[in-house]
Amino acid sequence: MTMTDPGPSGRFGEFGGRFVPETLVPACLELEHAFAEAWADPAFRGELDRLQREYTGRPNPLTDCPRFSEEFGFTLVMKREDLNHTGSHKINNVLGQALLAKRMGKTRLVAETGAGQHGVATATAAALMGMECMVYMGEVDMDRQELNVFRMKLLGAEVVPALSGSRTLKDAVNEAMRDWVATVEDSHYCLGSVMGPHPYPFMVREFHRVIGTEAREQCLERHGRNPDVVTACVGGGSNAAGIFSGFVDTDAELVGIEPAGGAAVGDGIPGVVHGMLSYLKQDEFGQVLEAESISAGLDYPGVGPEHSHLASIGRARYEQVTDAEVIEAFQVLPRTEGIIPALECAHALAWMIRAKDELAGKLVLMNLSGRGDKDVTQMMGILEL
Amino acid sequence: MSDPASSTHTPGRIEAALRAKRATGQKCLVPYITGGLGDDWLASLSAVIDGGADACEIGIPFSDPVMDGPVIQQANDIALGAGVTPQTIASDLRGFESPIPLATMTYYNIAYRMGHERFANMLNDAGISGSILPDIQMDESTDWIETANANGIENVLFAAPTSPDDRLARTGQMARGFVYAVGLLGITGERDALAASAIEIARRAKEHTDLPVLVGVGIGSPEQAVEACSVADGVIIGSTVVRRLVEGNHSVAERADSVRELISEYRTALDDAFPAA
Repeated sequence: MTMTDPGPSGRFGEFGGRFVPETLVPACLELEHAFAEAWADPAFRGELDRLQREYTGRPNPLTDCPRFSEEFGFTLVMKREDLNHTGSHKINNVLGQALLAKRMGKTRLVAETGAGQHGVATATAAALMGMECMVYMGEVDMDRQELNVFRMKLLGAEVVPALSGSRTLKDAVNEAMRDWVATVEDSHYCLGSVMGPHPYPFMVREFHRVIGTEAREQCLERHGRNPDVVTACVGGGSNAAGIFSGFVDTDAELVGIEPAGGAAVGDGIPGVVHGMLSYLKQDEFGQVLEAESISAGLDYPGVGPEHSHLASIGRARYEQVTDAEVIEAFQVLPRTEGIIPALECAHALAWMIRAKDELAGKLVLMNLSGRGDKDVTQMMGILEL
Repeated sequence: MSDPASSTHTPGRIEAALRAKRATGQKCLVPYITGGLGDDWLASLSAVIDGGADACEIGIPFSDPVMDGPVIQQANDIALGAGVTPQTIASDLRGFESPIPLATMTYYNIAYRMGHERFANMLNDAGISGSILPDIQMDESTDWIETANANGIENVLFAAPTSPDDRLARTGQMARGFVYAVGLLGITGERDALAASAIEIARRAKEHTDLPVLVGVGIGSPEQAVEACSVADGVIIGSTVVRRLVEGNHSVAERADSVRELISEYRTALDDAFPAA
């Protein structure tokens, strides 16, 4: 059985676990039990469903891409997580965690963010539920995602720059964990991906399962069958986990796309950081390497442990694309379908364009996990139109 | 309450030294320094020894020290930037005859990457007899503890203010060397006043173990050390020591003098408040 409950050890095969300081163990246990209880409680599920419908705008559509499909010789359909409130899939997880945090009596949300999408979603949920919100963001990312920094502030969150290391997502996670260690009694760490200590990888995947569940129904209804290939970009891997979970029990090939500068599954070896055992880009001494990607949301040297497991058992495969390929791909969808993708999603597009011969004639489902508005300023500095 | 006698084992070098100190009625002083911080870092270690420490923690720098505050993060960065590795630290220590026991304080991925057996061998080879890995709790430490025990490495475990009694009891049984009582909810670094949680966690930890219980994280002055030792068997001081190694532009000799002086201040304050019986 894959993509089910990993049980109390929090292990997906050999990966995962709960590698945290003793101080945080009781909070992780409390969260594990609170999530199990809430997830089995129809009242909690009903409230989350209501928010997803009335606030997020779910179900979002599945969109056929006829002009793109014609140009590249396979049938592309996209799950439109970019149409969610706040502009990405991140809101699915955040609403779940914020509701849970409130149920646990926590008054403050702490989050890390890379591109700012998770930070914006967390700030949004905090505002919605009347909670305090503190978002840690690498200083480099604050520069390249200025717009999202402003949005978070507008939503009432405090945005704190992470000034150590590569000053990107990895360092923002470090700062968020340091905050959580000090504030664990009243704060909930609203982790933004399928990573970290148990129960986060499991819980965050469950909150994103709705992506795969909806997409499967929509695909059946529209195309009368499951897709041949399901693809999504992978940084920590939450949007991929969400859509993969809907198809892991089908014959669909699952393909995660990593940035060449941060390919934990592709180039990493097992290691322990940020609470989990997973593939990790590290040197021969175990020092974590800094990722380098044009996309702030994928600029992370690790990956969620369930992806390491799916890769190691061969259920999913992970491919890499370069920044140059991403910049090219970023421009294709606006031209062919009138949709500006997030730079993160442009990774999956870049792979499909490169792999078009392999995909010829197939039905391919891609998770369009976020919209590209946030990337426009950055891309204006790269593209001359 | 668990029966402390149930964790019968032969005390290692660290436990023996700290127990001997406790038996005199005095308190234990265990400073931390970052391994490889400056070419002259062994002079810092000598200064710690000369100042009157009972044991010393040698930090192996890690890229992502999530339990450390700004001062130790900075020391980590400086050492890593200078090309320090676990092997260079071990090799520097080889031949250094330390009169006090040493423990390494590092993050688990360093040990995991190297392999438990090789890590234990490296420590033994360097004359380091203990390990302190703050980012992994005991339930994820069992494999390492087995290897450590088999190789005579004393693996210290943590008692946190958030730990319930059943976990404190297991900590008391599984820990070797001493129990590291985390003085507050937070990361390493000095604070203006000793947190009330420091005394409380020391008291609770001692109910569950006969091992020496030392308070670390947040101790910022000799007075705070004395206060913590009203219950604890000793203190660990890190950031306050490392600050003297990373701040200002001082010569090797000046830095060593400054560290020796600091350790002596703590030593004197503790010995005055808790003289040998």
